Amino acid sequence: MLLFATVSVSWYLAVGAILFVLGAVCMATKRNLLGVLMGVELVLNGANINFIAFGSRLLRSEGDTLGLDGQLIALFVIVLAAAEAAVALAIALNFYNNHSTIDIDRANELKG
Amino acid sequence: MELMAVAWAYWHQFFFIIFAGSAVGFGCGVLISQNIVRMAFYLVLSLGSTAGLFFLAGAEFVGAMQLMIYVGGTMVLLIFGVMLTAQKDFVNMKTHTHDWILATVVGGSLLMVLLFAAFGSEDWRSPQDPTDAHVVDTKAATPLGLALTGVRVDKLDDTNDKLNQGKSGYLMPFIIISVHLLVVLIGAAYMARTKKLSHATGLRSSRARLSVFKMEEEDEVLEEEKYVVLRKDKQAKNPLDTNDNNTENPDED
Repeated sequence: MLLFATVSVSWYLAVGAILFVLGAVCMATKRNLLGVLMGVELVLNGANINFIAFGSRLLRSEGDTLGLDGQLIALFVIVLAAAEAAVALAIALNFYNNHSTIDIDRANELKG
Repeated sequence: MELMAVAWAYWHQFFFIIFAGSAVGFGCGVLISQNIVRMAFYLVLSLGSTAGLFFLAGAEFVGAMQLMIYVGGTMVLLIFGVMLTAQKDFVNMKTHTHDWILATVVGGSLLMVLLFAAFGSEDWRSPQDPTDAHVVDTKAATPLGLALTGVRVDKLDDTNDKLNQGKSGYLMPFIIISVHLLVVLIGAAYMARTKKLSHATGLRSSRARLSVFKMEEEDEVLEEEKYVVLRKDKQAKNPLDTNDNNTENPDED
């Protein structure tokens, strides 16, 4: 049974992979611009779980672990996600003010 | 009672299953829900459970930052965005059925590939023997902070010369990301500001004001445009602007 097996890196990688796929599908299917943003957040979180798992001293032996590098890169990803959310939200609000809609299917003015 | 005993002996697995299950479950909620407000709420819970996974992996500082920045900051931002744009038509937006089918096929195959990779390596699949884990000090906040200021205290005993050259820490990326965040926040505040056109004068500016107004009340604008066209030769003041003390305003009624 799952409860009696010891947690390994693969478990964390599986959770990260599932969150990544959920975020990617969310980005692809949502018609609301903010829903697409939420998909991006899920994708970045899935990537962060991988960094944390490989950097953990509890899951990897001392020679194999990323150590502090994994946690530092996860911190940078969190900050970058915050910056990305701020800019994307400003763009979304601007788009909403100019077009009175938040449906990305109607954001086709830049179409080549 | 029995459940508690199991949770005590296998507390790591127990909490891993709880946190991973809620992270994935609420992630599915984000994907499946059509209501944007519910999606935001599910995303908060999913990110919070991910922070729990970080705590379980021994990265308590990153977990705390995840809770503070993601759940505290980014989600407030996102929820404000939802509230500002969640008008009647945009709360529930249905995805087309063919989009669902295509996304499920592509996402499912991608998930198969990723899971195959995650469980494919023997090195990753085999758990570390807990008896030879010599975790002396799991507090990561001090080494993290020092690494951000350029000192790697966790690698002081590294005898490899090639690795020692790169021991300057993360000072440079830290500064770059700080300036990046500052620039991005200023730019976002500039981009999202309310457009005020009160300083503008003349017929052209009243045109601009009317176009801003058009988003709110379509039929009122038609009247105002008619008014402007009528008064064009007399260099009319904009009737929308109540600050102007135009005494000869004929439409007081």
